[in-house]
Amino acid sequence: MAKKLMKGAEAIGEAAIRAGCRHYFGYPITPQSEIAEYLSRRMPEVGGVFLQAESEVAASNMLFGAAATGTRVMTSSSSPGISLMAEAFSYMVGAEVPAVVVNAMRGGPGLGGILPSQSDYFQATKANGHGDVHFIVLAPASLQESVEHVMMAFPLAEKYRNPVMIVADGLVVQMMESVDFDIVETTDPPDVEDWAATGTKGRRERNLVKSLFLDPLGLEEHNRKLRRKYDEMEENEVRYEEVLIEDDTKLVAVAYGTTSRVVRSVVEELRGEGYPVGLFRPITLYPFAYDRLREISKRDSVKGFMSIEMSTGQMIYDVRLAVQDLKPVGFFGRQGGIIPTPDDVRKAMLQELEKLGG
Amino acid sequence: MSDRFHNEVVFAGFGGQGLLTAGKLLAQAGMAEGLQVAWVPSYGPEMRGGTASCTVVLDSVIVGSPIVPSPMNAVVMNLPSMKKFAPEIKPGGVLVINSSLIEERSDRTDILQVPINCNDIAIEVMGNSRSANMAALGAIVGATDMISYESIETALRNLFAKKPKLVEPNVEILKRGYEIGRAAREKAAQEG
Repeated sequence: MAKKLMKGAEAIGEAAIRAGCRHYFGYPITPQSEIAEYLSRRMPEVGGVFLQAESEVAASNMLFGAAATGTRVMTSSSSPGISLMAEAFSYMVGAEVPAVVVNAMRGGPGLGGILPSQSDYFQATKANGHGDVHFIVLAPASLQESVEHVMMAFPLAEKYRNPVMIVADGLVVQMMESVDFDIVETTDPPDVEDWAATGTKGRRERNLVKSLFLDPLGLEEHNRKLRRKYDEMEENEVRYEEVLIEDDTKLVAVAYGTTSRVVRSVVEELRGEGYPVGLFRPITLYPFAYDRLREISKRDSVKGFMSIEMSTGQMIYDVRLAVQDLKPVGFFGRQGGIIPTPDDVRKAMLQELEKLGG
Repeated sequence: MSDRFHNEVVFAGFGGQGLLTAGKLLAQAGMAEGLQVAWVPSYGPEMRGGTASCTVVLDSVIVGSPIVPSPMNAVVMNLPSMKKFAPEIKPGGVLVINSSLIEERSDRTDILQVPINCNDIAIEVMGNSRSANMAALGAIVGATDMISYESIETALRNLFAKKPKLVEPNVEILKRGYEIGRAAREKAAQEG
């Protein structure tokens, strides 16, 4: 199949099918219900299970249950729904089961609104559940990248036996772009006999999938084991893109997802006019590209950074952690479901550049 | 960067006027020409009752911002859309106006205004105004020359592949729109 014009929600759903996902559990919520709608049609065609649960809590626990068998499973929701799923998310990390979760972020807090947002950054990167929990978090900026992220999320989740989250936003799931599934590698599910609850059939000791460790030393050992996995993720899975960060770049904008596309346009435009600006785009939000950003911050030419987000300022904390006090970190954001316009971003970046002495 | 191709069109009107479809066809035609494309619907509270619109962005390298507050070109199918988008178009852009429903013209002189009686053309050809969107689509392609006529016709033929009776009348409407758009472009070029 060549390139196809598809809606984001459908591209994400189709990517899951092609990645070998055969179980989807969900509960509708705007703006991503079309993912479920698509899979409700598509799953039966490939002999998979599509199930609309009675609530997000139920859906996420079904996800946990199916994941415990080692099969490829996915759910999708949007911010308020993701909060409701957090309990099972924590259990899944504790029980070390792989799964894929898509969050099409919308404005919050509470029910907030239905338009695009990036205000779940803290939740996604640091608090997908209680108790020393991390998901690998992928932030696609285009539909082709969404497809790639969904398809690589399953093997990533299996590699670490840990859930992977894809954070998109309302725009990504509602828009149409061309996607090509054939250029994305597919993988076979790994052998899960050594840990998954697949039935012993009298051949071996039973496998136990659980997150309860009442013995404090046992739990501490478990926590350290999980930490070692996070260390490995931080070592191996950091992904980012640099756009026009060159020897003379003074101001480095940092943006991800939809926002990064707007910033990319502005950076290209400003560069064309001779302004020394560049864009750093984190592709994994966890693990975050601390090391690379710090390296860039040590360059003499670089005078400052600027985090641009659809929130009141969340990723900026990670940018500051990376840069520490070497260089100032400015901020520009829109909230409420409003995507910053190229004009907004242009003005903000020029102001920031001014502050840094032109 | 000078030979980089980039274009943007907003399609706006009432819900039901087929604007999302017109935009989709343009995106498909652009894709067939090897361009990067993005189709962005207006979604959210404003979908109910007011104007429905979509934006199509075409680029030879990469579509950056899919959000385009000031588009290069616009197709407006009703008066509220005209009022909303005519002031926003970038200088030098094209405004296709459905003159069947909009008597007014924009007072801007730095854009090319292409009035076209989309509903009347559709009624003449098919007996109803349902395909007025195709006249408008033809007009914007003709007036901007951003993609070839052949590409947009192919996209339309593919859309109606399962409804063969609808193909030829829609192609005729598209073509009539295209000729009106092209004539307006050539006239403007002559006048410099």
